[in-house]
Amino acid sequence: MSDPLFGAMRQSIIDGAPDRAVELAQQALTNGIDPLEAVNQGFAAGIKFAGDQFGCGEMFLPDLLASAEAMKAAIKILEPEMLKRGSECKVLGKIVLGTARGDIHDIGKNLVATILSASGFQIFDLGTSVTPEQFVAKAKEVDADIVGVSALLTTTMAGQKAVIDALDRNGLRPRVKAIIGGAAVTSKWAAEIGADGYSRNAIDALELAKNLMGKVDSKDMNKRTALA
Amino acid sequence: MRPRIQLLGPELIGRILREAFELLMNPGVRVGSAAVELLRSAGVDVEVANNHGVARIPERLVQQCLASAPHDFYLYNRQGEKAVHYGGDDVHFDPGSCCVQMLDPETLEARPSETRDLVRIVQVTETLPQFAAQSTAVVCNDALLSNDACNGKHAPGAIGDLYRLFVVLQYSDKPVVTGSFSAAGLEGMIDLLAADSGSPDNLRQQPRAVFDVCPSPPLNWSEFGSHNLIDLARAGVPAEIVSMPLAGGTAPVTLAGSVTQHAAEVLAGITLHQLAAPGAPIVWGGAPAIFDMRTGGAPMGAVETAMLNMACAEVGKHLGLPTHGYLVATDSKLVDAQAGAESARSATLGALAGINMISGAGMLESLACFSVEKLVIDAESIASAYRLARGIEVGSDEVRSDEVRGDRIRNDEARDQKAGDEKARGEKVPRETLATATFAQIGLTGEFLKLKETRALFRQEQHLPSPVIDRSARGSERATDVLTRVRTRVDELVGKYRKPSLSEDVLRKFQAIVDREAVRAGVEGIESGKNVGVAQATK
Repeated sequence: MSDPLFGAMRQSIIDGAPDRAVELAQQALTNGIDPLEAVNQGFAAGIKFAGDQFGCGEMFLPDLLASAEAMKAAIKILEPEMLKRGSECKVLGKIVLGTARGDIHDIGKNLVATILSASGFQIFDLGTSVTPEQFVAKAKEVDADIVGVSALLTTTMAGQKAVIDALDRNGLRPRVKAIIGGAAVTSKWAAEIGADGYSRNAIDALELAKNLMGKVDSKDMNKRTALA
Repeated sequence: MRPRIQLLGPELIGRILREAFELLMNPGVRVGSAAVELLRSAGVDVEVANNHGVARIPERLVQQCLASAPHDFYLYNRQGEKAVHYGGDDVHFDPGSCCVQMLDPETLEARPSETRDLVRIVQVTETLPQFAAQSTAVVCNDALLSNDACNGKHAPGAIGDLYRLFVVLQYSDKPVVTGSFSAAGLEGMIDLLAADSGSPDNLRQQPRAVFDVCPSPPLNWSEFGSHNLIDLARAGVPAEIVSMPLAGGTAPVTLAGSVTQHAAEVLAGITLHQLAAPGAPIVWGGAPAIFDMRTGGAPMGAVETAMLNMACAEVGKHLGLPTHGYLVATDSKLVDAQAGAESARSATLGALAGINMISGAGMLESLACFSVEKLVIDAESIASAYRLARGIEVGSDEVRSDEVRGDRIRNDEARDQKAGDEKARGEKVPRETLATATFAQIGLTGEFLKLKETRALFRQEQHLPSPVIDRSARGSERATDVLTRVRTRVDELVGKYRKPSLSEDVLRKFQAIVDREAVRAGVEGIESGKNVGVAQATK
């Protein structure tokens, strides 16, 4: 019965139409549909489709951002009801993001934040020119799973290592994963400074974050095996 | 007639400037604290919150600053000769900067750039007449090993900006396009140039370098950028504003909208700069690009990126200011057909737009990686672009010297043949007619090759490319590709290169400045002269 509604929800996200998404979310509430189901079978399917289309070059960043905005608008309508039912939307993981100390270029970091948050991660965005101490404090405060540091400039890339070192010093790793990104960043640099991952763009960052969340347990397991 | 391309025209430029002035009032421009006092003392309303201000700069003040900005100036070489003319329609090229990666010509892999790479780039640039200036093209990662963040104390590159200039000045006599990585870095770099020129006053009188200074789009003159502009103005060292709106990403998606934002950013910069020191040399420059909607990157090889550079320069020219742009770069990761096509196209367009300084040659991967081999291929594209920009000439009855304004190519092959040139130069050749006088001499025999005028004029009619450009007939050997030919050419150029001889006194001063800055930055390892040794041992 609700299949066409889910289909319309999916389409509203693909179209990047927040007004339509809000309307459909309200309709779902009126019809007494489980909001979690509306997200999982309707809206989230749209985001997945948009991500796939972006991956194969059929959709572009402005399309993707519009989809993410529509997703946010729909979730905002559904959230109170989800809380009431105690069926909080499943958070894939908690991610602290910011640009490295001295770096004010945040366009890439903002894209990553939007895509990850639309895909079910909870994002704590510390903004630009963030010190290692601020990253550590926030990661502790929110019990973060992943810390992401962006740097555009070759001169601020060192700040990425400083954050990773600070996470190490504070005993947060390997439980907290550190990921990096930015125009000049390479997988080699990521390996050199001991990051847990690097991605070239926002969509790859989503894959990376999902993989790392999947790996959290198995990696700890490996470690235990190794120690034993 | 000299061919020119204009994309805007006076009417659209008028609209762009009107809107740019509007932007400077609303929403205004973010400025660092260094700029707040300066602007306030000029009566500008600056709202300050959280360590940065938003300035609303009235058109009246900007116009006053535009009036004090010089319309042209020169950069000088080490011999004190005028080597680069910033102004009018003169066109010059310099290698791009500043990469951290170098394309290894053998493995074709990108690896961190080192001092030896910078030296090789400088050597090749020094020998190629297509490049009027050097640039501090790559970061020397090897010189930073001892001061990286591993000890948690200092960032790599603490004096990386100074070190690059230190290397370039030792290996080149040409002017330098450079830039600093921090407000503190600038002081040491200016000291280094003053030591090279003999004194700060000599540097002011005959500047050898221009410094790129970048606002952050949109409409933001950060603490660092504001500081640099003000310090350069006061030192009388030329500043080149490199505003880099990314159309659709950090600026309006339309090309016209991005050109408008660019104009507002540069106008704000010129205002700061001229308030600090009226009459100080300043360049209307930029590295505008479109924003790639798939990758989020800045495709430097895109034709729209070239269009943005041309249009931004056209606005600067309209205001009578010296201009700069970022072209001759590619998004390809290899020295391949894409690299050649994109770089040659933008070199041609930049030359036809009459941009005074065009940076970017040698760069791959949207400015992330440098290749000496590409630099040498780009020099061929630049030479062709110069030839095109000179246009089709008629009516001269004497062989020109090759120093004609606007044609700054002294092809080194041509120079090797100078003896022949000298002989031909000054001899009268018939040019009153286009072809009839020629036929009057040879009738229908077809003996053009024997004619005195052919021998006298072919070098100025035709650009003679180096063997990098293959025009030979197919012989018995297997055809070579451009990368194979250019590797040989790079070795030849490096072989031809001669290191300038600097006095012991100047070298000692250089070393003292680098030591002082290293200590100030808390860097260990460079004061021993170890890395200087690297630089000197290379050649």
